[in-house]
Amino acid sequence: MAAHLKKRVYEEFTKVVQQQHEEISAKKLRLTKPSKSAALHVDLCKATSPADALQYLLHFARKPVEAESVEGVVRILLEHYYKENDASVRLKIASLLGLLSKTAGFSPDCIMDDAINTLQNEKSHQVLAQLLDTLLVIGMKLTENPAVRMRLLDVACKYLTDASHGVRNKCLQLIGYLGSVEKGAAKEAESLATKDVQKIIGDHFNDQDPRVRTAAIKAMLQLHERGLKLQQTIYSQACKLLSDDYEQVRSAAVQLIWVLSQLYPESIVPIPSSNEEIRLIDDAFGKICHMVSDGSWVVRVQAAKLLGSMQQVSSHFLEQTLDKKLMSDLRRKRTAHERAKELYSSGEFSSGRKWGDDAPKEEIDTGAVNLIESGACGAFVHGLEDEMYEVRIAAVEALCMLAQSSPSFAEKCLDFLVDMFNDEIEEVRLQSIHTMRKISNNITLREDQLDTVLAVLEDSSRDIREALHELLCCTNVSTKEGIHLALVELLKNLTKYPTDRESIWKCLKFLGCRHPTLVLPLVPELLSTHPFFDTPEPDMDDPAYIAVLVLIFNAAKTCPTMPALFSDHTFRHYAYLRDSLSHLVPPLRLPGRKLVSSPVSPSVTPHEDPSQQFLQQSLERVYNLQHLDPQSTQELLEFTIRDLQRLGELQSELAGVADFSATYLRCQLLLIKALQEKLWNVAAPLYLKQNALASAAAKQIMEETYKMEFMYSGVENRQVVIIHHMRLQAKALQLIVTARTTRGVEPLFGMCENFLQEVDSFQRCFISELPHMQDSFVDKLLDLMPRLVTSKPSEAVKILQTTLRQSTFLHLPLPEQIHRATATIIEPAGESDNPLRFTSGLVVALDVDATLEHVQDPQSTVKVQVLYPDGQAQLIHPKPADFRNPGPGRHRLITQVYLSHTAWTEPCQIEVRLLLAYNSSRSKASTRLSKSTWIDSMEALPPSEYGIEGTIPFSKPVKVYIMPKPARR
Amino acid sequence: MPEIKVTPLGAGQDVGRSCILVSIAGKNVMLDCGMHMGYNDDRRFPDFSYITQNGRLTDFLDCVIISHFHLDHCGALPYFSEMVGYDGPIYMTHPTKAICPILLEDYRKITVDKKGETNFFTSQMIKDCMKKVVAVHLHQTVQVDDELEIKAYYAGHVLGAAMFQIKVGSESVVYTGDYNMTPDRHLGAAWIDKCRPDLLISESTYATTIRDSKRCRERDFLKKVHESVERGGKVLIPVFALGRAQELCILLETFWERMNLKAPIYFSMGLTEKANHYYKLFITWTNQKIRKTFVQRNMFEFKHIKAFDRAFADNPGPMVVFATPGMLHAGQSLQIFRKWAGNEKNMVIMPGYCVQGTVGHKILSGQRKLEMEGRQILEVKMQVEYMSFSAHADAKGIMQLIRQAEPRSVLLVHGEAKKMEFLKQKIEQEFHVNCYMPANGETITLFTSPNIPVDISLGLLKRESAIGLVPDSKKPKLMHGTLIMKDNSFRLVSPEQALKELGLGEHQLRFTCRVHIQDPRKEHEMVLRVYNHLKGVLKDYSVQHLPDGSIMVESILIQATAQSEDQGTKVLLVSWTYQDEELGSYLTSLLKKGLPPTTA
Repeated sequence: MAAHLKKRVYEEFTKVVQQQHEEISAKKLRLTKPSKSAALHVDLCKATSPADALQYLLHFARKPVEAESVEGVVRILLEHYYKENDASVRLKIASLLGLLSKTAGFSPDCIMDDAINTLQNEKSHQVLAQLLDTLLVIGMKLTENPAVRMRLLDVACKYLTDASHGVRNKCLQLIGYLGSVEKGAAKEAESLATKDVQKIIGDHFNDQDPRVRTAAIKAMLQLHERGLKLQQTIYSQACKLLSDDYEQVRSAAVQLIWVLSQLYPESIVPIPSSNEEIRLIDDAFGKICHMVSDGSWVVRVQAAKLLGSMQQVSSHFLEQTLDKKLMSDLRRKRTAHERAKELYSSGEFSSGRKWGDDAPKEEIDTGAVNLIESGACGAFVHGLEDEMYEVRIAAVEALCMLAQSSPSFAEKCLDFLVDMFNDEIEEVRLQSIHTMRKISNNITLREDQLDTVLAVLEDSSRDIREALHELLCCTNVSTKEGIHLALVELLKNLTKYPTDRESIWKCLKFLGCRHPTLVLPLVPELLSTHPFFDTPEPDMDDPAYIAVLVLIFNAAKTCPTMPALFSDHTFRHYAYLRDSLSHLVPPLRLPGRKLVSSPVSPSVTPHEDPSQQFLQQSLERVYNLQHLDPQSTQELLEFTIRDLQRLGELQSELAGVADFSATYLRCQLLLIKALQEKLWNVAAPLYLKQNALASAAAKQIMEETYKMEFMYSGVENRQVVIIHHMRLQAKALQLIVTARTTRGVEPLFGMCENFLQEVDSFQRCFISELPHMQDSFVDKLLDLMPRLVTSKPSEAVKILQTTLRQSTFLHLPLPEQIHRATATIIEPAGESDNPLRFTSGLVVALDVDATLEHVQDPQSTVKVQVLYPDGQAQLIHPKPADFRNPGPGRHRLITQVYLSHTAWTEPCQIEVRLLLAYNSSRSKASTRLSKSTWIDSMEALPPSEYGIEGTIPFSKPVKVYIMPKPARR
Repeated sequence: MPEIKVTPLGAGQDVGRSCILVSIAGKNVMLDCGMHMGYNDDRRFPDFSYITQNGRLTDFLDCVIISHFHLDHCGALPYFSEMVGYDGPIYMTHPTKAICPILLEDYRKITVDKKGETNFFTSQMIKDCMKKVVAVHLHQTVQVDDELEIKAYYAGHVLGAAMFQIKVGSESVVYTGDYNMTPDRHLGAAWIDKCRPDLLISESTYATTIRDSKRCRERDFLKKVHESVERGGKVLIPVFALGRAQELCILLETFWERMNLKAPIYFSMGLTEKANHYYKLFITWTNQKIRKTFVQRNMFEFKHIKAFDRAFADNPGPMVVFATPGMLHAGQSLQIFRKWAGNEKNMVIMPGYCVQGTVGHKILSGQRKLEMEGRQILEVKMQVEYMSFSAHADAKGIMQLIRQAEPRSVLLVHGEAKKMEFLKQKIEQEFHVNCYMPANGETITLFTSPNIPVDISLGLLKRESAIGLVPDSKKPKLMHGTLIMKDNSFRLVSPEQALKELGLGEHQLRFTCRVHIQDPRKEHEMVLRVYNHLKGVLKDYSVQHLPDGSIMVESILIQATAQSEDQGTKVLLVSWTYQDEELGSYLTSLLKKGLPPTTA
C-alpha cells in the first residue's frame, strides 16, 4: 500500500512538474499583452535600416493595442523616436502616436508632455506637422481640460511662424479645434484669450500660401461651429479673400461670409467709394451673389447653395437677383434704384431681342451705371444658365428656399422656374418641378406658364411626369382655359402612358377640388351633354372618362349648382365610382337622391367619423362577449372579421386599423377553433387526422403575429406585447399538439425547456406591461411557473393545456396611427401573352416598378422574389439607389431583376412578388433576448418557425411569361 | 523701356477682317487673318503690305494664330500665306484645323465659281496653307521658339474657338478672339484663369448689350418658328454653316421631337454634312450635356433635320430652312430669301449680328425695298425677325472675363466704334485700367515693366533674409550681393564667391573722415563725451569705448587726435569700410552737427 501510495505521490509529483511547465507557457501567452511593447522594441532594435524599421511599424500599425498597454508602447516608440535619424520613420512614429492616443479608454495626458518635447528638436517640417496632428488628436480627447488646451494653444502659436505650410496648417487646425470658446463673461482673462485666438487666425488670412489661408478660414469656421461668436471685424478681411487667386480659399471665404452674415445680419457696413451704409446681410448677399459668376464651378456651387439660406435679406435685393438688367448703383436708396431703371429704359443697353435697339443715344450720367459692383443683380439668372448642372441645381434649390420665405419673390421667380422645366438635364428639370410644388401655395400660374409646364407632361421619364402630377395637384390656375388645357394635356398623357392612370386621377381630383368655379362652365362640354339631344352614354371603363368624372365630381363637392348639369347616366356612374374608387370620388349631396354614404347629421362632432364609431363598436362587442358559448363566439368573431375587412376596403384611412384588428381577431378565432376541437379527449393514436388542423392553426397564428409585428407602421409597445403574447399562446398550442402526437419523452423534454425559456424572456422583456395583463395566459402561467419548472414534461403539458383553455381573450388597444405596408407591382403588368424570350444560360433583365406604402426603411427590408415553375425561388436584394421617395410614407422601387434558367420546351409563367424581410432581433421586444437561446431552439425545432429572420409576402404576385430558348449551336 | 505694340490691320473699330499685329518683347505675332463680308474688292482682305514693304513676311512674323474658323477670322489665310507669302508656323486648335479648310473651300467656290472672280486663291493653295498649320490642345503651352510661348483657353463661341495667351518672359498678351460667356445648347462658356496679362485684347461685338436670359431667347425663337409654321408659312434662318447653326438645330430638333411637329426642317447640304461630322468627332469641345449623353446618343445625329435641295424651296406648305451664309450677303440664303420675300406669311429670322452693307443689315434696319444685282427692286413683305443668338459675350460677359483675367490694360477690337466708346468708359471706370480702341492701322504702344528673374544661391538668400525682422514675403526686400551678368543669365552671389569666380583678390575700401570739433578739453574727456553722446543717440547699435581711447560703433572706428596748431580744435577720425557706408555717413553727419552742450 505504501509502495502504491509512494507511486501515486511520485506520479502526482511528475504530473505537477508537467503542469508547471504548461503553466509557464500559459503565462507566456498572458504576458504577450504587456510585452507587445517589448516585441515592438525588439523589432525596432533589430531593424538595420530605416526601411526595415518602417516595415515593422507599418506591420505594427495594423494590429489594435489594448488601452492598458498603450502607454508602454508609446514609451518604446518615443525612445526609438529620439534615436532615429530617418525622417520617414519619425513621421510614421508620430502618426502612430496619434493613432494610439485615439485608443478608447486611454487617457493621453501622460504622453502629451513627451509629444510636446519631441517638437523642440525636430527639424523636418513633415514630422513637425505630423506631431502637431498627434497633439490635435490628444487635444481632442482632452477638450475638458482647460490647462491642456492652453498649453497646446501656446505650442500652436509658437509654431505658427514655421516656414512650412504644412506646419502652419496644422497649427491653425489646432487653434481652430482647441481655441477657447467660453463666453467672455465668465473670466476676464479667458475673454482676452478668445480675442487672441481670433486675431491669430485672422493674421493668417493673408499668409503667402493658399493652403494656409484656407486652413485659417477653416479654423475660423471651426471656432464658429464650436460656439464661439466670431467678431464682426473679420468681415472686411473675409471680403478681401473673396478675390483670392485660389478656389479653395474663395470657397472657404464664401462660407465665412455667410456665417458672419447670419451672426450680424442687422449691423451696418459702409459701402466703399460712397458715403452710404447698408445692412451687413444685404452686403454679404451681394457679395455671395457676385461669386455665383466666379471662375471656378466649385465656388459657384458653394455660393449658389448658401444664397438659399440667407432669408433675412431685404426684398429689393432679393428681387434684383432675378434681374439681369443693368442698374445704377444698386446699393443706394430706392429712388436711385428707380432712376437707374429709367436710365435702362432710356435705351442705353439693348436686350438683344430687337434689332437696332442698341443704337447709342445721347450720353447720360455714366457715373451712375455700374457693371460689376451691381452685386446681387442677376445672380440667379447667371446661376440658372450656368454651364455646370451642379450649379443650376444648387441655384434652383436656393430659389426654392428663398421663395418659400417670400411670396413676392416666389411670384417673380416663377418665370425662371418654368424656364428650367426645359433644361437639358433631367435632374435639373426634376428639381425645378419639385421646387415649384413646394412654393405653389404662393403662386398662381398664368396660362402661358401653364402651357410650358404642361408641355413637360410628354416627357418620357416617369419620374418627371409624376413629379409634374404632384405639382398640378397643388397648383392654382387662374382661368377656365387653363383648367381645360390641363385636362386635355393630362388626357393626352394618359393615352400616351396608360400606367400613369392612378397618378393622373389623383391629380385631377385635387385640380377639381381647388377650382370648382372654373370647372363649372366647362361641365357641359366635358360631359358632352346637349340641351336637346341625348348623347350616347360613354364607356364606364374608359380611364379617360373616369378622369373627367373625377375632376367634375370633386369640383361638385363645393359647387352645389353643378349636379343640375349632370345627365342621368352621370348619376349612375357617380354611384358606381363612389363605390369602386371611393378614395377619388367624394360624397356628394345630390338632389332627389339620398346620400350614398351614411347621412352625416350635424349633431355628430366632425372628428367622430361614423365608420370610426362602427369600428370601435364592433371591437367592443367582441371584447365584451367573453362568456358566450363557444359556437356563438366563433360566429361573432367571424362576422366581425368580415365587417372589419369590408370597412378597411371602403375607408382607406381606416384600412390599417381595421386590418390590424381583423388579423388579431383571426388569430384568436384560430386559437379558439383549435382548442374547441373535440380531439383533446380522445386517445392519442386517434389524433393523427385532427391534429393537422390544430398544428396548422398554430403555424398560421405564428405567421399572422409576425405580420402584425412587422408589416404595420406605428405599432407601439402596447401592441407588441399583445402580439408576442399571442405568439406565446401559439407556441404553447404547438407544444401541446406535439406532446400529444409524439411518443417518447426525449424530444418533449427539450421543447418544454425551450418554451419555459421563452416565457422567461417574455417576462423579462415586458415586465412593465405585465400588470395590464390580468387573467391572461401568461399571467396564469407565471403563477404556475414554479410548478412547471419542477414537473415532468407530460405534466407540464397538461398544465399548459388547462391554462390555455382558461385564459381570457386580451383586449388589443388600438394605436393612434397604424398603417399597413402595401406594395403594388405596376410593372410587369402580367397581362402580356408574348413570352419574354432569351437564350438559356444567359440572363434577361426584367424591369420591376412598384410602389410601396408605409414601409419603414425599405432599402433594407424590401426584397424581390422570383418563383420559377419548378419551385425554384430566387431572392433579389434591390440596390438602395433603386428606391425613390416621392412623398412621406411612400416609396417607389424601380429596379431590374435578372432572370435566368435552363432551356424550356415551351413558355411558362414565373411569379414575381415583393417580400418584406423581418428580423426579430430588430424588433423592440427582442433586443434584450440573449442570442444563445434562439440558437438552441433553432436546433431543436424547424427553423422556418423559430428562425429569427423571415419574410412576409406583401404584394400580389405578378405572372411573367418567359421562355428560355436553348442556345443555338 | 520695354513696350508692347498693337496694330489692328482689321477689326479695329470694325467687325470683320480680324487681323491684329502684336509685337511683344521683340517678337511679332499676327492674331487672326480674316476677310470682310461687306466688301468684294481689295478691302475684303487686310493690307498685308503694312507689315513689311520689302522683305518676306516670314522674316518679320514669328507666328500667326487663328482663334476660330469663322471666315472673318481665317478667310484671308490662304491669300496671306500662299499669295503674299508666309512660311512660318500658323497655330490653331484641332477642330479649327479640321473645319477651317471646308469653309475656305466654300468661300472660294462662291467667289470664283459663282461670281467668276479671278486672281483668287485656289484649292491647292488652301491645302498648302493648311500644311503650315500646327494644331494645339487646350491649355497646352506651345513653345514657338525659345522665348515665345502660346497657350489656348476655351472660348465657347463656336466649336474649337479659343483664346490665346502669348507670352514672352513675364510679358504677356491675351487675345480673346470671339468668345461667349454663357453656355448654349452645344458649347460651354469661355473660361480663363487669373493670368494677369499686360494686355487683354477683347472683342466687343455686343459692347452695349445686356441680353436676356438664354432661355427667354430660346423660348421666343421657338414660339416664333412654331407660330409661323402653324400658319403655313416658310421660315428662313440664314446662318453660318457652322456654329450657331448647330445650336439652333439641336434646339429645333428637341422642340420638334417634344411637340411632335411634322413640318420639315432642312439644312443646306454639303458643307453642313461635313461639318456635322466634325461636330460628332470633337465631343470633348462641347458642353456638359452633350459630353455626358453622347454614349447613348450623339446629339449631332439629327432625326428631324434633312438635307436641303434647291428644288425644295418651291415646295408648298410650311418648312424651316437653315441656309448659308448668315448675313444674307450671297449664296443660297440670299436665293431663298428672294424667292420667299414676297409672301407675308413667310418669315426670316436673323439669328445674329449683321455687318453693315449686307442684305441682312439692310432688312433689319427696316428697308422694305432692296436693290438687287442687275437693278432689280425686291420688295420685302415677309416678316423680319431678329434674335440675338450669336454667341458673343455681352457687355456683362466682357466685364466678367476682364474680372477673371485681371489684365493691366485692355484693348477693344471687333466692334463698332460708338459702342466701344461706351464700353471703354465703363472698363476704365470699373477696373481702373487703361483701355484702348485703335482704328485700323493705328498703333498702340504700351510700356511694360517686365520682371527680370535673377538666380540667387540659397545660402545667400537664407543669410540675407535672416537679417532683419520676420520675413514678410509680400514686401520687397533689400539684399546685398554681387550681380553677375554672364551668358545672358543673371545671378546674385555673395561678394566672396564673386571674387573667387572672377579670380580677383579682395580689396578693402575704407573711408576716413575728419571731423573738427571745437572742444577745449582734454582728448580723453572729449572722447568720453563723444562716447556718451553716441551711446545716447544710437541705442540700437553696440557702442564700445576701447581701452586705447578709441570708440567702436559696430565696426566703425572713431579716434580723436589733437590738432597741433589749435588746442581748442580736436579732430575726430571716423573710419569705415565700404559695407558700412550707410552707418558711417550717418555718424559723420551726426558728429558734424557737434556735440550737445554738456550739462555737467
